[in-house]
Amino acid sequence: MAILEVKNVGKRFGGLQALSDVNLSVAENSVHAIIGPNGAGKSTLLNCLVGKLIPDTGSVMFDGQSVLGRKPYEINQMGISRVFQTPEIFGDLTVMENMLIPCLAKRDGAFQLNGWSRVVGQRDMIDKAEEMLRDMRMIDKRHMPAASMSRGDKRRLEIAMCLAQDPRLLLLDEPTAGMARADTNNTIDLLKQIKDERDITIAIIEHDMHVVFSLAERITVLAQGTPLVEDTPDRIKGHPKVREAYLGESQDAA
Amino acid sequence: MDAILLQILNGLDKGSAYALIALGLTLIFGTLGVVNFAHGALFMIGAFCSVTLQRILTLSVETIDETKKDFLGNPLKVKTPYVEQWFGPETGQAIIDWSVPLAILFAIPVMLLIGFIMERGLIKHFYKRPHADQILVTFGLAIVLQEVVKYFYGANPIPTPAPEAFVGSFDFAPLLGLDTSLAYPYWRLVYFGFSTLIIAAVFAFLQFTTFGMVVRAGMADRETVGLLGIDIDRRFTIMFGIAAAVAGLAGVMYAPINSPNYHMGMDFLVLSFVVVVVGGMGSLPGAVLAGFLLGILESLASMNEIKSIIYGIDQIIIYVVAIVILLVRPRGLMGRRGVMEE
Amino acid sequence: MFGLEKRDTLLLGVVIVLTLFAPFILNPFPADSGLAQFNAGYPDLMQRFVIFGIFAIGFNILFGLTGYLSFGHAAFLGVGSYSAVWMFKLLSYNVVPALVLAVIMAGLFSALIGYISLRRSGIYFSILTLAFAQMSFNLAYSVLTPITNGETGLQIYTSDPQYLQSVDAPSFPNLFGAAMNSSTTLFFGGWTFTFSVGYYFCAVFLILAFYLAIRIFRSPFGMMLRAVKSNQQRMNYTGLNTRPYTLAAFVISGMYAGLAGGLLAAMDPLAGAERMQWTASGEVVLMTILGGAGTLIGPVLGAGFIKYFENIFAKINDNVLHGWFAFMPDGIEDAMVAIIHPFVGKGWHLTLGLLFMLVVIFLPGGLVEGGQRLGRVFRRRDKNAGSVEADAAQQRSEAAE
Repeated sequence: MAILEVKNVGKRFGGLQALSDVNLSVAENSVHAIIGPNGAGKSTLLNCLVGKLIPDTGSVMFDGQSVLGRKPYEINQMGISRVFQTPEIFGDLTVMENMLIPCLAKRDGAFQLNGWSRVVGQRDMIDKAEEMLRDMRMIDKRHMPAASMSRGDKRRLEIAMCLAQDPRLLLLDEPTAGMARADTNNTIDLLKQIKDERDITIAIIEHDMHVVFSLAERITVLAQGTPLVEDTPDRIKGHPKVREAYLGESQDAA
Repeated sequence: MDAILLQILNGLDKGSAYALIALGLTLIFGTLGVVNFAHGALFMIGAFCSVTLQRILTLSVETIDETKKDFLGNPLKVKTPYVEQWFGPETGQAIIDWSVPLAILFAIPVMLLIGFIMERGLIKHFYKRPHADQILVTFGLAIVLQEVVKYFYGANPIPTPAPEAFVGSFDFAPLLGLDTSLAYPYWRLVYFGFSTLIIAAVFAFLQFTTFGMVVRAGMADRETVGLLGIDIDRRFTIMFGIAAAVAGLAGVMYAPINSPNYHMGMDFLVLSFVVVVVGGMGSLPGAVLAGFLLGILESLASMNEIKSIIYGIDQIIIYVVAIVILLVRPRGLMGRRGVMEE
Repeated sequence: MFGLEKRDTLLLGVVIVLTLFAPFILNPFPADSGLAQFNAGYPDLMQRFVIFGIFAIGFNILFGLTGYLSFGHAAFLGVGSYSAVWMFKLLSYNVVPALVLAVIMAGLFSALIGYISLRRSGIYFSILTLAFAQMSFNLAYSVLTPITNGETGLQIYTSDPQYLQSVDAPSFPNLFGAAMNSSTTLFFGGWTFTFSVGYYFCAVFLILAFYLAIRIFRSPFGMMLRAVKSNQQRMNYTGLNTRPYTLAAFVISGMYAGLAGGLLAAMDPLAGAERMQWTASGEVVLMTILGGAGTLIGPVLGAGFIKYFENIFAKINDNVLHGWFAFMPDGIEDAMVAIIHPFVGKGWHLTLGLLFMLVVIFLPGGLVEGGQRLGRVFRRRDKNAGSVEADAAQQRSEAAE
């Protein structure tokens, strides 16, 4: 059963057709990777899924409901959580506060005027946040300002914040961009662990092929705004069209 | 019809001032990325350059003329300005009479120097700081500058007349073949012409010089320009100096229109920002266009016919227009899409 | 106690003690001494301390927490004053309906302006509030003259209806008979202490306002406001709608401003349009930043500091300066006076502008940050090695303040 159905999505920016005829189906509880050379339209597609852009044509259905025209916060409340290329967390707030916010958002909704209650009194939320921090082995850093952490820690915090809301779909936008090998492997292990422990669908945009082939169950290759191939990792690996899209026309003489 | 025409003309001098101040603001914001709340103060300082030159030129030596008596019966104290002593009474008087236009020459180095000191001393430390901090520190600077001027020149407006030759009005009506008279003060015409000259000079500079090209590139994409190894720091200083000079010159020639006083900077500041926003932050033609449009709009709204329909509209029309534009088209009339859009 | 943590209870306690004992604390110099002019313990000034403290506390909830810089809050102060005076004119001199209407009207007005202005953020938001402030000011001066009485200001005339004013009630704003301008003076030794009804009335509101601010700061709502300042994008993608949060903060700060305006009118039943200029808004910005934006006690300190120096600094004229430097040889004495002269007396604003610039450049956390840095210097001398826990606790306490 497809939890995310993208049909005939097209998007044009002035003279540039960024996306055309994009059809994509992400099966529930699978790990689906979207790859492609630079300029293929991966980020544009992602933005259409999370409410930042509205496609000119086509539909995007999440769990049977249309996502188009909804604000990002509404889409999140529907069950989609997003991890950014550069970790987006609340730098001025403590790690603990960073964890509390998604928990509170899940419990209280998009807006709650609870100016009289006390943060320290939200025992259930604090317990849940502490539990997640323990899972991520960050519990001893909970009083640190989030901005002072290493990039790898920030990434893990961001993922933890997303998971705190029990999302149905976790969208990751080049999560290992700029990471050293060790951190990349840690991220892969973390995502594998998440996949095993939860009923969750993961969609990941990636450049790093090592990550893609370690995690993905299905891969969609985007090139020049339209899907080129969609298949299992094995069949993508040697696919001539994929190679051509990344490396250009095959060279005759070398 | 002629009344409308007159009001359009009337709006040109204030519109010119707005356009020039907004031009400088946009240059600073577009190239340096700094929101400069002290820009109105620079306009004010320019106006006081006229005042200062007038005072310098009228520095006099006091002599006692025994042959004449004043109204108390004492020997008459005669003040003779030094310039009259040096150049003779007629030339001397002429020089004093022309002190406002002469102040242009005086103001250019003064404003460039002030701009230089401001940029090197303060503004450059705020390039990377958030806009709120920039607003706050330049707001503080504006207060300091106006207090300094108030200290030295007092709190009252200081009349600074235009040269004799430009006193009086020019009647447009015969030109247009109209019966009624359409009198427009000479000096305001001069001011309008002067402003267009400066605006043209700035645009020519940006269009036809290498320096100008770098500046335009910097306005389009500051990061890349820096990455190209171009020494952006020195150019920032020069840009700021030019923007300061433009604001100052706008003030120098405005002195006869509205007697300079220490808080004229703040008075013009709010509307100048409104102009910049309406024109499109980061768009130079937009700033100029919006300046003139809003000046004319303000003038038209003060017509009695309009006021009788909606009382007090002249007070709020500019703000209403600005608010509507900010909401409907946040990039302004000519701003680039994506500049500070939410 | 009262639902506060120990640290906050202590802070509240300090504020309560300071405000209750202000008539003593602010009049340390005996009445006949040379320094008596630096006493601040007279009702008018003390009332201004606490009223502007309330204004700044409210402004801090918007600017300190969310980072949205509004230049229009003086308009809400003005609306509060005008509403209060209208209540005096229509009903009676009793302050209760006046203050209630002041807060309500300011709340409605700020809801309207906030709704429009918050459609943009950053500089655009600030300029929008600037435009609204000037517009309100212009309207108050011209078009709305029937309501505001334009340049003259809104006053109370004997011809006003005052439907609920009883014959034996005071002809001055009062709380069920206790007139705001009544006071008792205590002469003790060489000192004079004045206890004014109006001051204590305002002080109670300051304490309540401060307490409410603490509750807001320590609440999930307050945490969300700080999240807005930290990373709005992450908030949006975490399922939170930032618009109602910022609007709520805007309206709350607007109502605080309205209360302050109403109290100003209660102490002196007159309302003028000059209170609504954007430069008057600039004053509360100054106070909040000088004291320490985003902290609890900062705005109160800033308000007190500026109001004190505004009144006291303005009194230092050349005679006083000569008195200070009399012990120096004449030439140096005159030189010292000449150097200091531009910065005192009427030059107060110059000093304020310079001080403000210095704070923004070097000490963005204001007086509170200054105090913390000093404290750290002393504490470092006591503790030899700071453990990670101590540093973390330090950061936590700073984040929490």
